[in-house]
Amino acid sequence: MAILDLLIQYWPLFLQGFETTLILAATGFLLGVAIGLPTSILETYASKIVRWVAIAYVELIRGTPMLVQLFIIYYALPQLGIRFDAMTAAILGLGINSGAYQAEYFRGAMQSVQSGQMDAAISIGMTRAQALLNVILAQSLRLVIPAWTNEAVYLVQYSSVVYLIAVVELTGIGAIIGSRTFQYVAVYSIIALIYLATTLFIVKSSHSIERRTSIPGLKSSQEQRV
Amino acid sequence: MKGVSLKIDKGETKVIIGPSGGGKSTLLRCINLLIRPDSGQIFLDGEEITGEHVKLSEVRTEIGFVFQHFNLFMHLNALQNVKLGLTKVKKMSERSAEARALAALQDVGITGDLVNHYPAQLSGGQQQRVGIARALAMEPKVILLDEPTSALDPELIGEVLRVMEHLAESGATMLAVTHEIGFARKVADEIIFMADGVVTESGHPEELFLKPKQSRTKKFLGSITELYGVSREDEN
Repeated sequence: MAILDLLIQYWPLFLQGFETTLILAATGFLLGVAIGLPTSILETYASKIVRWVAIAYVELIRGTPMLVQLFIIYYALPQLGIRFDAMTAAILGLGINSGAYQAEYFRGAMQSVQSGQMDAAISIGMTRAQALLNVILAQSLRLVIPAWTNEAVYLVQYSSVVYLIAVVELTGIGAIIGSRTFQYVAVYSIIALIYLATTLFIVKSSHSIERRTSIPGLKSSQEQRV
Repeated sequence: MKGVSLKIDKGETKVIIGPSGGGKSTLLRCINLLIRPDSGQIFLDGEEITGEHVKLSEVRTEIGFVFQHFNLFMHLNALQNVKLGLTKVKKMSERSAEARALAALQDVGITGDLVNHYPAQLSGGQQQRVGIARALAMEPKVILLDEPTSALDPELIGEVLRVMEHLAESGATMLAVTHEIGFARKVADEIIFMADGVVTESGHPEELFLKPKQSRTKKFLGSITELYGVSREDEN
């Protein structure tokens, strides 16, 4: 009954860690959308120089480990006079990292919208911005849902690396409780189960969103898989 | 394209024919400025639309375009497809846009529950008729049709051609690229033959189909009539 005893004694700590993980993942994800979506539009439609800047950002972030990025934000920037508390640094790191990956997901989705859709929108007199909003994004946001699901799951799980810049989220709580009780098996079993349940919840919700937003007559990614 | 010059008067229907790769689609896409021509001028109703200060989106509302592959907005149903330009571009109210869209759809025979169908739930012929309605609803000064029937199954071509004929008879100004010789003979005021980026020959349908002057035109018409099983001699 080690697990039950642990839960009874330490549930407020587990809950607190879980809460921090959710905050990190959610804010990181939203910041990632806020960065990734405009970046993907610039990558696809902007003039050459701007496009280069967008591509450079994506490649720089994807080409370096997230941990290094977190260390730069938390340890290196203060030496240059830019200081963040650990939680802010963690959210920034996750968001900037996720933004680069999300930019690629969005770009892929936008490119898989047939080019005729843009032609059609423009030919009825829409500006490119109107066409982008009403036609291209309306379709590509539906296409990006499966990749988005991956990204959300990834953020929930890999937000645990912020443990290394002293943010105590679910994994960090595990280390603390483990070192107090020495019941590592029980502690990490509980933590693994919490991650698993969260992931399953995200996957299920995303399936239901995908179903509800699917375009009648077109197969969704789930139907295609079957 | 070199030295292409053509003129369409209000209410006229002109048909461009010719081998693929001859610049027919490019010409149409230049006219509604989907492609900016490198040089040359295009006038619409006396106004030059190829000028520096022309607002492209405004010009394009005056020029309807019907695509070979329909290009209906996949995420919108038939009614919404026609309505989108009316609400977003013409800034019409939801209600009057809906009324006009339904009228345009009725003109092309899309009625009843069909207006709520999404493109993927419609046949090719139905999709193309919605495509025509989408262009018509904007009340353009001229309608460009880029091989509107060549992506359709044979049994669906008729319904689209009938809509186009009706359109021509009701006084619309149309420029169509098509291989439908029957349609061209019936409604075109002029046939324009294009090959290798130049207009090699043009004239009244009877003239051009029955007595083509250029060897290039003869060869093309020969291969087309062979395909459709009627030779020019039979019709003489």
